[in-house]
Amino acid sequence: MNLQLVGVATVSPGDTAWVLMSAALVLLMTPALALFYGGMVRAKNVLNMIMMSFLCMGLITVIWVIYGYSLTFGTDVGGGVLGGLNYLGLEGTLDAVVGPEGSQIPMLAFSVFQLTFAIITASLLSGAVADRVKFGGWVFFIGLWATFVYFPIAHWAFFFDGGNGGWIADRLHALDFAGGTAVEINSGASALALALVVGKRMGWRRDPMRPHSLPLVLLGAGLLWFGWFGFNAGSALASGQLTATVFMNTQVATATAALSWILVEKIRDGKPTTLGVASGAVAGAVAITPACGFVTPMGALVVGAAGGAICSLAVGLKYRFGYDDSLDVVGVHGVGGLVGMISIGFLATVSVNSAGADGLFYGGGAGLLGRQLIASGATLAYALIVTAILAFIVEKTVGLRTSPEHEYAGLDISEHAESAYDFTGSSAGAFAGVGHGGFGHAGGPGSGTLATPPPTEGNS
Amino acid sequence: MKLVTAVIKPFKLEDVKNALEALGVEGLTVSEASGHGRQHGHTEVYRGAEYTVDLVPKVRVEILVSDAQADAVLDAVVSAARTGQIGDGKVWVIPVDQVTRVRTGERGEEAL
Repeated sequence: MNLQLVGVATVSPGDTAWVLMSAALVLLMTPALALFYGGMVRAKNVLNMIMMSFLCMGLITVIWVIYGYSLTFGTDVGGGVLGGLNYLGLEGTLDAVVGPEGSQIPMLAFSVFQLTFAIITASLLSGAVADRVKFGGWVFFIGLWATFVYFPIAHWAFFFDGGNGGWIADRLHALDFAGGTAVEINSGASALALALVVGKRMGWRRDPMRPHSLPLVLLGAGLLWFGWFGFNAGSALASGQLTATVFMNTQVATATAALSWILVEKIRDGKPTTLGVASGAVAGAVAITPACGFVTPMGALVVGAAGGAICSLAVGLKYRFGYDDSLDVVGVHGVGGLVGMISIGFLATVSVNSAGADGLFYGGGAGLLGRQLIASGATLAYALIVTAILAFIVEKTVGLRTSPEHEYAGLDISEHAESAYDFTGSSAGAFAGVGHGGFGHAGGPGSGTLATPPPTEGNS
Repeated sequence: MKLVTAVIKPFKLEDVKNALEALGVEGLTVSEASGHGRQHGHTEVYRGAEYTVDLVPKVRVEILVSDAQADAVLDAVVSAARTGQIGDGKVWVIPVDQVTRVRTGERGEEAL
């Protein structure tokens, strides 16, 4: 009998199609995040901000194929702490399948789906250190961080192997449907460590650092929302009843959080803002990420309302404690992830998912809440400590923080020799030829070196 | 000859240009500017953090006119630029010693 044909016959086409589609949806979230973050920084740093995310799409993919998938989903080395080396180079995965009998999917469909999670989680960290990190240092840091922080925690939270998988998912039996620990709390805690090691931006709290393009932020948030259906509903690893519940829950929580964030703004600041509605949507999607497969749509409404309101207040913590988490990775992903993980302890019900558990409000007792807290706390502590060590090592060797001169000039010019916006077509371009060879100077976009001045136009 | 300089709200530029055209003024120079008067800018809030934006976008209009036209131009600019709200800007007039048209070399009021 042809072994390959047996493999083909056992794969569920519908489930496989949905997981492959979801992988594409989640991959789109990384360029979406790049726009979301890129719009929030000053115009002189927008390309660097976007570049940090695109670097992750490249580097994490290469690492994943060589050893990342194996460290995350290889046979457990013991205690549920890390995968073994049995899938190095994706060896032995081409004919393999994963999932329960009847809805099995190719292992490579699962692998590429999980790869996109590793990419976006790494990219999330860039928001904590906007405007001030050397690109070379970022490349080294991300390689180390994926290896020593992401792969282990993803193994803990995502690897099921009949009781021999990751310790959070398969031994402790804490509930985390799509990555409240491995993606959200992990990125939030790592972001805090990174921001503390790298330090504050020059002029933080003194100079205006307004978002340079809110339309970019909103475009990014919209695409993140779109991609999150793949992130959450794809995590069902199947296309069925539960998938639809997860899909609806994702929509409900994201929408509710967008409203609750701007409601807080209206009450506290007087005006609802577009940055607020975009941030609220992301906070809601973050909060429902672990809970989406365990709560009802009404439960998702509560999770979203809480996520949006709590995160809108949490983003102010950095001013109280004095850390420059520039784009609020801690306040949105760390805190939103905690809200989601803890909410499961109250709102989870087996009526949604028989593989889940009942929370406090459904008569399940406090045991589940306790497991949620252990999983969250362990993720937070490990990510915080190991990321701080890795960031410190990179800072002392390759160097992570850029020089004050480069920081002042902007990273687009100093790290990439590019400018995001060319204004030389406008009348202002008449002055753009001044400052030849001025890569080190403080000129904004449009102050590049021109061989010939452009024709002047406009008023005379 | 006089130089009339007006710093106005950007959205009032069209009205000012129309008023000057109605007076027969042939030329003007417009540039983007930023600054503040007594209103000291405004406040913006991003994720709950307040930013005071003390330099507000303005448009600077410069018009060279004959002595006889100066008052009429000043009045026209002021009435076209006024909204009655804070931040309407200022207009001032200063004497000009000499003006030359670059293309022809004409001098004085001939060059206006």
